[in-house]
Amino acid sequence: MTGANRIPGAGRLTPAKTARFTFDGKSYTALEGDTVASALLANGVHLVGRSFKYHRPRGVVSAGPEEPNALIGVERDAARQQPNVRATVQEVFDGMKTISQNRYPSLSFDVGSINNLLSPFFAAGFYYKTFMWPKQAWKHIYEPQIRAAAGLGVAPTQEDPDHYASRYAHCDVLVIGGGIAGLSAALAAAKTGARVILCDEQPEVGGAMHYDKSVTVDGVDGFTWAQKTAADLAKMSNVTVLTRTTAFGYYAQNFVALVERVTDHVSKPDRRLPRERMWQVRAKRVIIATGAIERHMVFANNDRPGILQASAARTYLNHFGVAVGRKVGVYTANDSAYEAAFDLKRAGVTVAAIVDCREKPGEAVLAEARSLGIEVLTGHSVIDTSGKLRVAGMSVARNGSTAKRNIAIDALLTSAGWTPSVHMFSQSRGKVAYDAASGAFLPGVYAQDCLSIGACNGTNDLQATIEEALAAGELMAKASGFEAASKVELQAKNAFQWTGGMSGAAEGAGEDTTVKAFIDFQNDVCAKDIRLAVREGMHSIEHIKRFTTNGMATDQGKLSNLHGLAIAAEALGRGIPEVGLTTFRAPYTPVTFGTLISHSRGELFDPTRKTPMHALEEAEGAVFEDVGQWKRAWYYPRAGEDMHQAVNRECKTVRESVGMFDASTLGKIEVVGPDAAAFLNLIYTNSWDTLKPGRCRYGIMLREDGFVYDDGVVGRMAEDRFHVTTTTGGAARVMNHMEDYLQTEFPHLNVWLTSATEQWAVIAVQGPKARDVIASLVEGIDLSNEAFPHMSVREGKICGVPTRLFRMSFTGEMGFEVNVPADFGPAIWEAIRAEVEKAGGCAYGTETMHILRAEKGYIIVGQDTDGTVTPDDASLSWAVGKKKPDFVGIRGLKRPDLVKSGRKQLVGLLTKDPKVVLEEGAQIVADPNQPKPMTMLGHVTSSYWSENCGRSIAMALVVDGKAKLGQTLYVPMPDRTIAVEVSEMVFIDKEGVRLNG
Amino acid sequence: MLLIYCPYCEEERSELEFRGAGDAHIVRPSNIADITDEEFEEFFFLRDNPKGLIFERWRHINGCGRFFNAARDTVSDKFKLTYKAGEPKPDLDAAAPAAALVETYEATESNAK
Amino acid sequence: MRKYSVFAVAREAMRGHKGWEAQWTSPEPRKEYDVIIVGGGGHGLGAAYYLAKEHGITNVAVLEKGWLGGGNTGRNTTIIRSNYLYDESMDIYEHSLKLWENLSQELNYNIMYSPRGVMMLSHNVHDQQVFKRHIHANRLHGIDNEWLTPEQAKDFCPPLDIAAGARYPINGAALQRRGGTARHDAVAWGYARAAADRGVHIIQNCEVKGIRRGPNGEVTGVDTNRGFIGAKKIGVSASGHNSVVMAMADVRVPLHSVPLQALVSEPMKPIFPCVVMSNTVHAYISQSDKGELVIGAGTDQYNSYSQTGGLQIITHTLDAICELFPIFRRVKMMRQWGGITDNTPDRSAIQGVTPVQNLFVNCGWGTGGFKATPGSANLFAHLIARGEPHRLAAGLTLDRFRTGRLIDEAAAAAVAH
Repeated sequence: MTGANRIPGAGRLTPAKTARFTFDGKSYTALEGDTVASALLANGVHLVGRSFKYHRPRGVVSAGPEEPNALIGVERDAARQQPNVRATVQEVFDGMKTISQNRYPSLSFDVGSINNLLSPFFAAGFYYKTFMWPKQAWKHIYEPQIRAAAGLGVAPTQEDPDHYASRYAHCDVLVIGGGIAGLSAALAAAKTGARVILCDEQPEVGGAMHYDKSVTVDGVDGFTWAQKTAADLAKMSNVTVLTRTTAFGYYAQNFVALVERVTDHVSKPDRRLPRERMWQVRAKRVIIATGAIERHMVFANNDRPGILQASAARTYLNHFGVAVGRKVGVYTANDSAYEAAFDLKRAGVTVAAIVDCREKPGEAVLAEARSLGIEVLTGHSVIDTSGKLRVAGMSVARNGSTAKRNIAIDALLTSAGWTPSVHMFSQSRGKVAYDAASGAFLPGVYAQDCLSIGACNGTNDLQATIEEALAAGELMAKASGFEAASKVELQAKNAFQWTGGMSGAAEGAGEDTTVKAFIDFQNDVCAKDIRLAVREGMHSIEHIKRFTTNGMATDQGKLSNLHGLAIAAEALGRGIPEVGLTTFRAPYTPVTFGTLISHSRGELFDPTRKTPMHALEEAEGAVFEDVGQWKRAWYYPRAGEDMHQAVNRECKTVRESVGMFDASTLGKIEVVGPDAAAFLNLIYTNSWDTLKPGRCRYGIMLREDGFVYDDGVVGRMAEDRFHVTTTTGGAARVMNHMEDYLQTEFPHLNVWLTSATEQWAVIAVQGPKARDVIASLVEGIDLSNEAFPHMSVREGKICGVPTRLFRMSFTGEMGFEVNVPADFGPAIWEAIRAEVEKAGGCAYGTETMHILRAEKGYIIVGQDTDGTVTPDDASLSWAVGKKKPDFVGIRGLKRPDLVKSGRKQLVGLLTKDPKVVLEEGAQIVADPNQPKPMTMLGHVTSSYWSENCGRSIAMALVVDGKAKLGQTLYVPMPDRTIAVEVSEMVFIDKEGVRLNG
Repeated sequence: MLLIYCPYCEEERSELEFRGAGDAHIVRPSNIADITDEEFEEFFFLRDNPKGLIFERWRHINGCGRFFNAARDTVSDKFKLTYKAGEPKPDLDAAAPAAALVETYEATESNAK
Repeated sequence: MRKYSVFAVAREAMRGHKGWEAQWTSPEPRKEYDVIIVGGGGHGLGAAYYLAKEHGITNVAVLEKGWLGGGNTGRNTTIIRSNYLYDESMDIYEHSLKLWENLSQELNYNIMYSPRGVMMLSHNVHDQQVFKRHIHANRLHGIDNEWLTPEQAKDFCPPLDIAAGARYPINGAALQRRGGTARHDAVAWGYARAAADRGVHIIQNCEVKGIRRGPNGEVTGVDTNRGFIGAKKIGVSASGHNSVVMAMADVRVPLHSVPLQALVSEPMKPIFPCVVMSNTVHAYISQSDKGELVIGAGTDQYNSYSQTGGLQIITHTLDAICELFPIFRRVKMMRQWGGITDNTPDRSAIQGVTPVQNLFVNCGWGTGGFKATPGSANLFAHLIARGEPHRLAAGLTLDRFRTGRLIDEAAAAAVAH
């Protein structure tokens, strides 16, 4: 038995195919194809959740994505726990566990429901008016209480083991919505040969045919026609049909994002499949066929479990074979709800009465009701309901009268009318227009190449919808360049009339400020709350929304927005279009973060860059640090060494014998062409005309505003060829900077730029024995000081491999930088490594590199400078060509504040206690005893223990630093004050003799 | 995500291939070393930041690598036209609608009705 | 103005909340005001409030083209902190933070300032150097900001993944405990109510179309969709639209307006106790009192006034968020939106006099304007009332782009070497 409320013979599910699932620990049987909601209703369970604020018992309201109440937790296993799942969308699978939310200790007995009794206190926006005293209490008492009471489901606590996928797709026509309208449009478009994608959020296409079984298309039952048409479409090579796929966002230039639910309905999913898949579709044309959503009636206590949309009751009956009650009432403001009563009556359910607030319903439905023997109370309203955990009765009164009649019911179906789903249209930035005749907002002015058809376009009659859809399909295909060979024609019969109805509060909501007539079920917003907001001066619909939280729940106001607007308009004494809608924003329904991320996680979140020698360094035990996207060897600890010991050893070794260092991450740009030198003259502050081929120069690059942008050594390989190096982090932006100037400011220069960062592996060999180490490996280059002085470059071979060999130093020792094609990097590294070993040297990492260069006062752009340092501030004025007529930054450098005194200048700092190492980033003051806020003179940019100096050394940016040489300043730390002396920046070999070996 | 027509590749490509590069038609003065502080401020910092038509630069950085110019509406984000660097600022009133762009929706809609 | 309190709420609860009066009135504009503020966001409304309260200038109108707080005030991720680097920034943001701490009581409006702590994650040595520089500068300036080890960071924010193997491992964090969040709409409403109570006219749906000038070039008033309104002084504080308004007085400002996107998840029970930011991976996250994760994304790369933006900006932000907090991959995005931020070349705001007499500007707050609201408003009022900037805002002048005295908070973060 799959539930006492399953009607034999009704619905489209197969009775033999069952699935077991639990809800709050209790086991139930469902049919394959059931949603959790339909299965629970089949088993007579209406109470499925508690509301957000008042914790009122709530039941299933809808049969679709607009569901505000039936949000549940779904657990597959410990790691796969999903909060806030709409039971009306989630399909049951065998073995599924579901739980209710926002209740304690249980759904039927929830202590939070005390809020309901206190509700007079909790009026809209009450929290803005209280909880202010004492001041600390908000943080420590009120807010934690409010937070604990709010929220819905419980967040996952384990990492999600599922994976997600992402596809880009291009098509001529994207059709959103697979109802009769969408299918017809897709058919017409597909027949032209255009590439068509059709998506529908439900497991099966058909849209309204799920509940309306009176329709025939081309003589076939509407639902059957829909399935057949979808199957035919899917067989066409130019068509993709996606079910369980929601179009959730409509972005610029017809870029539409879809989410396809792949495995959430499967009992034992193939783990190779993604849980969900995002489709990012670029469509030449979009057809929006998203239908309409039925609004509930707004009246007192309209939120009890068992009160549903009339169309939802039809879906449960006609599609799932479930009667939502045994004795149902209907409360409506339009004709369409009558169909629900008729269907249920014919299925054997007692219809207690149809209460119609209108005096004159349609003749046809009245006649049908009479013939079925259903009592119709026109000009009446339901003014209240009774029942605790499920509706048990309705109080009905003639409009304007207080005399009420109580009618026992176990379900109440309501319909205030239908709201066209203009979400996607509005997201496309089209402007909606209010249609007074139908009381609906419809597509008005289009902003993108799309068309709305069918119910979401306000089209009422089914045949008219089909004709509109076929024309749209053909037209949109044509606009994409596809002609129809033959016309598609379809004949439909017998859909109900769905226009008409009302929005806002019905009679039962009254003027009474204590009545709870719900508009937004999930957020517990009542008609009275809207009126209160207006009384308090909230006259914009956006203010009303934010003050009351109407439409801000997980359903984003799919049921409530129009009601809220109508009530606000009435309270303001203005027309609905004057008040206007709030903005529709993506996503249409909530979308899993994991789906939006898809593959972009872990290593694929952001690529990691490794040098060609990475594996060798790893094998030698290197510890790596992240520098931008690069992994760089930080230090090479040997057995028993900590970082400090390893770095001290590396530092000593380089100065005493030799060290080797992987410098491959430095940016490298090949600048070639007859005007290469002229170009570099403009890009760098230095002059390049005088640099002879075979020589190198340290260059500084500024931004146009005069601040240091990057630096590096540039070697002139030939008259027309330069080998430029940049900082590791600056490589890409320097390349962009150069291209920008070359292409747009200096296009007259005949120069080519090529990024060569990853083409060269670079091994620095530094130390007194550096020449000895490479001498036996290098061919064709005279390595003597005379033939190959400091700051030179030669081309030759190393171990038979072509090399650009630089004689340069970032340590102050005699040094070489061996550039070889990247693929040869590991082999050359190993060859040099062996020689270094013989010479008693070692490999060193970035930490040692930093210390050695600091001992020599060499700066690191980005560490010792930030974006506010000029060449002069960094004592680099010598590198600025004084006679140059132009270079990037020449004018910025001359601005008043860049030339005036009092600028921060880069200097050395020596702690009075040589054992104390300053903290990088520490601030410097003249008077450590001054009150806060202190006048800070600058900060420590680099600071190390220098084993070679036998003391700590530091560099700092200090106001007027160069004039403060020898002065004592202070670095106040939380626990002590450190006295420092301002010094020169060179701590070792001031004369620079070691460069020559 | 915008769809941008690269005038060098002569194709519409996704915004992911491009990088915005600020206002177009701001010429670096040939006598930049000699301009006043005010002129430098004007050249380097002050911008119209128009609500409506903007002339801006893009680089097809993950494509052909070329910088080019675009005329775009900053309210609708629609491109009116893209053109090669160095070409003069187009007179959009005189310019024919961009060949690559689809006809406006309004036209389609009136056909439909 | 009727005082808000728990007793007032209880009293009203007994009679169906029928006694509440409008929080602010909507008067017809006068012919002339002493001061017109263009822009009814938090900064503009706050400036009007402080003009009335601290400078005795009550003949003031705030003109808002749409609805109060409908710009960036109502579109941001509500992060409040003051741990900036430069003195100019620390001065104004700390002034602001101190006002935040008492703002609910000051305005008699619960703006829900929640000092839950703002934690900025450090992922590498370079981040650490930059954060330490901030921490020391903040401490000597009198601003709280402390360094946490990865373990301490996880203690403070349990969902954080501090595994060493992460793509962006965490090597520490800077925490400002006094930082936190506030309820953004309430800030606009609270200032509006308190300003209106002191006689300020709050005029919504009033779009400024032109700024008129007198014979000596001084401002004389504004043309609006509700006609001409005279003004002795005008303060412009229109966030993303500042360039548009200033152009009406022929003043060019160094701004570009770009969309900044944000999103919220579905509401969940409390899981995230503080605010976490990571500049390296571009992610900002907190959990609202309603239970939604509030996530700030990046800006789009082009000028736009569209209040939307590309999906790729959102997805990239979520990539980063879920790298830091892998447990959130199953959480769902409920709503995304965009605001228009006006950004300066040095990423610091401009507040000061303009070349036009009696025209004052407050702009360029970029992506950080919400936290500055009370401080900026308070100092903007001073500027308008006295005609010269307050000491705490003296560095934010417009002329710094001519002189080169930039306050480059972005550059101070520099880049990895």
